[in-house]
Amino acid sequence: MSKLWLIIQREYLSRVQKKSFVLTTLLTPLAFLVFFIFVGFIMSYEGDEARKIAVIDESDMMRKAIKDDATIFFSFPKESLDSLKAKTLREEYNGVLVIPPLSDIQTTEHTVQYYSDNQLSLDAESAIKDALSARLREYKIATLELDPKVVESLRTKVRIDPMPIADETQELSSMRTAIGAGIGFIMGIMMYLGVFIYGMMIMRSVMEEKTNRIVEVMISTIRPFQLMMGKIIGVGAVGLTQFLVWIILIPLISILVNLIFGFDTTQMQGAGAAAQQIDPDDMQSMIAMAMQELGQIEWWIIVPLFLVFFLLGYLLYASLFAAVGSAVGDDIADSQSLTLPISIPVLIAFYIMMVSVRSPHSTLAVWASIFPLFSPIVMPARLAFDVPWWQIALSVVLLAATVVFFVWISARIYRVGILMYGKKVTVKELGKWLFYKD
Amino acid sequence: MSNILELSHVVKAYQTTLAVDDVSFDMPKGSIFGLLGPNGAGKTSLIRIITSITRADSGRVLIDGIPLNIDHPEIIGYMPEERGLYKKMKVGEHLIYLARLKGLSATDANKAIDYWMDKFAIRDWWNKRVEELSKGMQQKIQFIATVIHKPKLIILDEPFSGLDPINSNLIKDEIHQLRNEGASIIFSTHRMEQVEEICERIVLINRGKNVLEGNVTDLRQERKKNLFSYEFTGELSSSLLEGQKIEEQGPGRIILHFPEEHLSNQFLSRLIQSGVYVRDFTEILPSLNEIFIRTVEEQGMTIDQPSNREA
Repeated sequence: MSKLWLIIQREYLSRVQKKSFVLTTLLTPLAFLVFFIFVGFIMSYEGDEARKIAVIDESDMMRKAIKDDATIFFSFPKESLDSLKAKTLREEYNGVLVIPPLSDIQTTEHTVQYYSDNQLSLDAESAIKDALSARLREYKIATLELDPKVVESLRTKVRIDPMPIADETQELSSMRTAIGAGIGFIMGIMMYLGVFIYGMMIMRSVMEEKTNRIVEVMISTIRPFQLMMGKIIGVGAVGLTQFLVWIILIPLISILVNLIFGFDTTQMQGAGAAAQQIDPDDMQSMIAMAMQELGQIEWWIIVPLFLVFFLLGYLLYASLFAAVGSAVGDDIADSQSLTLPISIPVLIAFYIMMVSVRSPHSTLAVWASIFPLFSPIVMPARLAFDVPWWQIALSVVLLAATVVFFVWISARIYRVGILMYGKKVTVKELGKWLFYKD
Repeated sequence: MSNILELSHVVKAYQTTLAVDDVSFDMPKGSIFGLLGPNGAGKTSLIRIITSITRADSGRVLIDGIPLNIDHPEIIGYMPEERGLYKKMKVGEHLIYLARLKGLSATDANKAIDYWMDKFAIRDWWNKRVEELSKGMQQKIQFIATVIHKPKLIILDEPFSGLDPINSNLIKDEIHQLRNEGASIIFSTHRMEQVEEICERIVLINRGKNVLEGNVTDLRQERKKNLFSYEFTGELSSSLLEGQKIEEQGPGRIILHFPEEHLSNQFLSRLIQSGVYVRDFTEILPSLNEIFIRTVEEQGMTIDQPSNREA
């Protein structure tokens, strides 16, 4: 036991003390942030090219509706279309917008022409369309002598408020679904990345040990199983450390960035849909609701369960990666062909996870979250949606049993693999190793 | 004297080869013991059984009179033929790690490392990374790692491969000293001439079988052919050589075969009386290599290596 502890310590410390570890751990959240700021900047980018657009307003009712904004200037010259076209060719204008009068008050479509050899930007186009549409609506209401309040009352927003039937479940809001999906997605991604990043780390480390031949000295002192488990646990601890640092750092940095740059994440989200106007009050209440929902989520159940699935899922796949590493030594090509069978279930699980977040109680989601090869990734994604206890229990039990089985298989392969050199390794060959004597 | 190691009827088969085929031998405590044989003879397989890396299919292994168990690795120091270290670790940390895996406490490990580093005058390597060291330097570290926990049984597999003569001698000296301090040492090598002068006892292995075992001096004495070499300055008179069986003759050197040992001395005195200056007089004993080849031939075996060699 104390030897296992020594191995865990070395595997952990030798990684955590590396400069590259410190750097990636500290810089990844920063990189994420830079990425988000960058994306936000791109999303809110409206084009810095000022455009001058001449408008021929044949019904003379749009002047009020169309307003200049930062990059588009509208003018209403009293000139003929032909002369304006000519001016556009001479680049005095970027284009000519011709708004014909409304043919019929009942029409639901109205076409305007834009003369230019350059296309309007999407933002400008939707801004013009929205402005004209709003003005036409106003005009129609006035012409038809309708009461604007009555017209407004025709618009009814429909919201679906999920109500649980069983008494003990607390009331769910629609916000809950969105937040559950978000949490599920984040946990699913973390599982997926965790399995791959740290699984690969283990595989490389086993390959290195085998290639530089330290392994024979090691296993004359300790059992191969101890060496393998020490490595898996040590690297797992590295993973947890990294996650922990990120969980603390990411909110911290985003708060700092907010304070320093006054960078508003909500603005960033809104920026993508320029035309979509969100009432700031609405936004405020939505955030308040979201915070309330976040507070209502049963973290004390979800977080420990997530950790259980993370650890079991990690053990499952890490041991397989260790077995592959032991079998291939320094042959990268071999390692790729052998990691493929491991990667496929992880990838399938990842896609099922994305679907499960949207419909967490579908048959696919339920059974995938019970099937042990998928459950480490799919079940965490469903945890925020009040998964029945029997499903969680069944999933954990099956997963734990599978972990024991896979660790056993991997240990059998590992013990043969680390001392085997110069043999071309196939999946079939690995199967034979299972039955080798000690 | 009791035995540090006793093997009886040890068998180990791999999928396609019988790597160790009914090997038995005893190794006395405090001896330097040679485990000899060509490449692929099964030496490494045998060592892996003794070091608990693999298990024998059948047969019995006693270490210090006790059947092999999980505590034994701590009293064994093993330097494999293919040896490596963690390249990124610092030398000091690496040695502490290996020593602690062998059951030393942190304090004892530090003391032992201090002792060896002083001895090899490599104290300033402590904070160097293993990858900064040359191959020869790394071998010194590997040797220290092998003996750091004062093992009762030290097993060195091809210890001199890749070592320059200076470091080879350094290791040889240390081995003698360790033996004097009570350790028993197994040398495994296919370079038999390397161990003739170090080993007291040997076992010869060929194709997994134990073909010869015994005291090096006895083995060579038993198989000697009464060949004697004389080196001299001067002219040999033809009358002197009359009736002698000449094995080999060159300028200033002659090798003779005598039907009986004591005749060599008679020839020596006649040689001196004839006025020739004798510089050297030696009995030529067969080398272990010759003994090995002859024994294998006598037993009707071949030396060629098994095709499926376990690494």
